[in-house]
Amino acid sequence: MSGKRCYTHPPAGVDLAKLSGWLVVVEGPDSSGRSTHVSLLSQWLEEQGYAVAQVGLKRSTLVGPELERAKQGNVLSPRTMSLFYATDFYDQLENVIVPALRAGFVVLADRYIYTLMVRDLVRGADPEWLRSLYGMALVPDVVFYLSVSMATQVERTFESRDQLDYWESGMDLGLGRDWFQSFLVYQRRIRREFQRLAGPYGFTVVNGNRTAQTIHRDLVEGVRRVLASGRG
Amino acid sequence: MSGTAERPYPGRLIAVEGLDGSGKSTQIHLLHQWLRARGYRVFFSEWNSSVLVREATRKGKKRQLLTPTTFSLIHATDFADRYERQILPLLRAGYLVLCDRYVYTSFARDAVRGCDGGWLRSLYRFAVPPDVVFFFRLPLETALGRILEGRPKLKYFEAGMDLGLHPDPQESFRIFQGRVLEQYLAMVPEFGFTEVDATLSVHAQQKIVRGILTEKVDLAFFHKRYAR
Repeated sequence: MSGKRCYTHPPAGVDLAKLSGWLVVVEGPDSSGRSTHVSLLSQWLEEQGYAVAQVGLKRSTLVGPELERAKQGNVLSPRTMSLFYATDFYDQLENVIVPALRAGFVVLADRYIYTLMVRDLVRGADPEWLRSLYGMALVPDVVFYLSVSMATQVERTFESRDQLDYWESGMDLGLGRDWFQSFLVYQRRIRREFQRLAGPYGFTVVNGNRTAQTIHRDLVEGVRRVLASGRG
Repeated sequence: MSGTAERPYPGRLIAVEGLDGSGKSTQIHLLHQWLRARGYRVFFSEWNSSVLVREATRKGKKRQLLTPTTFSLIHATDFADRYERQILPLLRAGYLVLCDRYVYTSFARDAVRGCDGGWLRSLYRFAVPPDVVFFFRLPLETALGRILEGRPKLKYFEAGMDLGLHPDPQESFRIFQGRVLEQYLAMVPEFGFTEVDATLSVHAQQKIVRGILTEKVDLAFFHKRYAR
């Protein structure tokens, strides 16, 4: 059996021994194709007869709407935003991910603590503080990191939306008044932080510059391995 | 959290802690009135008071969606908002900031709910330690008596009902408060709380509190700099 564990210790009241199921995380920068691949994987898993639960950011019942509103207003300090997101994350961890794993589901996470950490790190958060804050997160069975070139990312960004997004351009950081320039600088910093986390958190790096079909094939291969390992 | 290091701001931070019914809110209210009347730059801040996240807290409490972890985090979010927009700017502007409850309330309550003590201390590491923490100490039965005297309807979380300690809210409250007190007592040496005997009269306690404050803080510095 693949025993579940948390990075430091489990949240109060969570019994890790009762968790079966698998936690599969898809990470990557904005517009790296994460959501597309999460839905393709979800379809594939269901075809294979696995029950799937999907989670992402800002989807918790508890603070999801409040977070969205706070983001629109941009009135919260970085630390408050950071803790708001952490609340959202743990709400989903305890109310969606844990129950689904208990029931033997495959949980597909479109982003996980790594995106949250990376966003805070580029805003000057203390790495030690973040590690402790997210220490109760479950260690995923696999973390796929979609690695895309800056050129791919720019193209995909403009394909999926017709204008740059305030947050994706890091405008809150005051990097400059030129949105495109700010977008480039901000996204480079985000990647750098992701790269720093890749080793310690055991990312499986997937070349995201290829066609969706090719990438999907790689992901399916990876998921197959996870499903097969240590299970009886 | 060392309280003796050179502070990067001219203000001073004073907090009161203690069980429900310990009279701490009355004491800090009287202290606030006194300092204001004497013309000092003083500001009063309450735990759980920021408007932005209050909505989420209310929703979570009403729908009983909260787990010990999210209960703790939502209060930390609320505190961070108030800390970065109010407490810290005021300290930097040279104010006496009075806090009715500070991070120790979370350390006590959330630990009773099962949160890890080390995790909680790390969570709040960004918050500067107060210059003085008055801890209003009184026997558990006295505190319980003051709260339960009127047989009030206790709120779900207030009574610690989420812990499943006892089906009767009053009984649950007794057990919960007992455990909170244990946590507080362990923190007295850890954080160097200044203990005040909360069985004394309100007036006697206030005299003590004002005396200690005068001794530990150079109040003259906090005189308003401009005439009104």
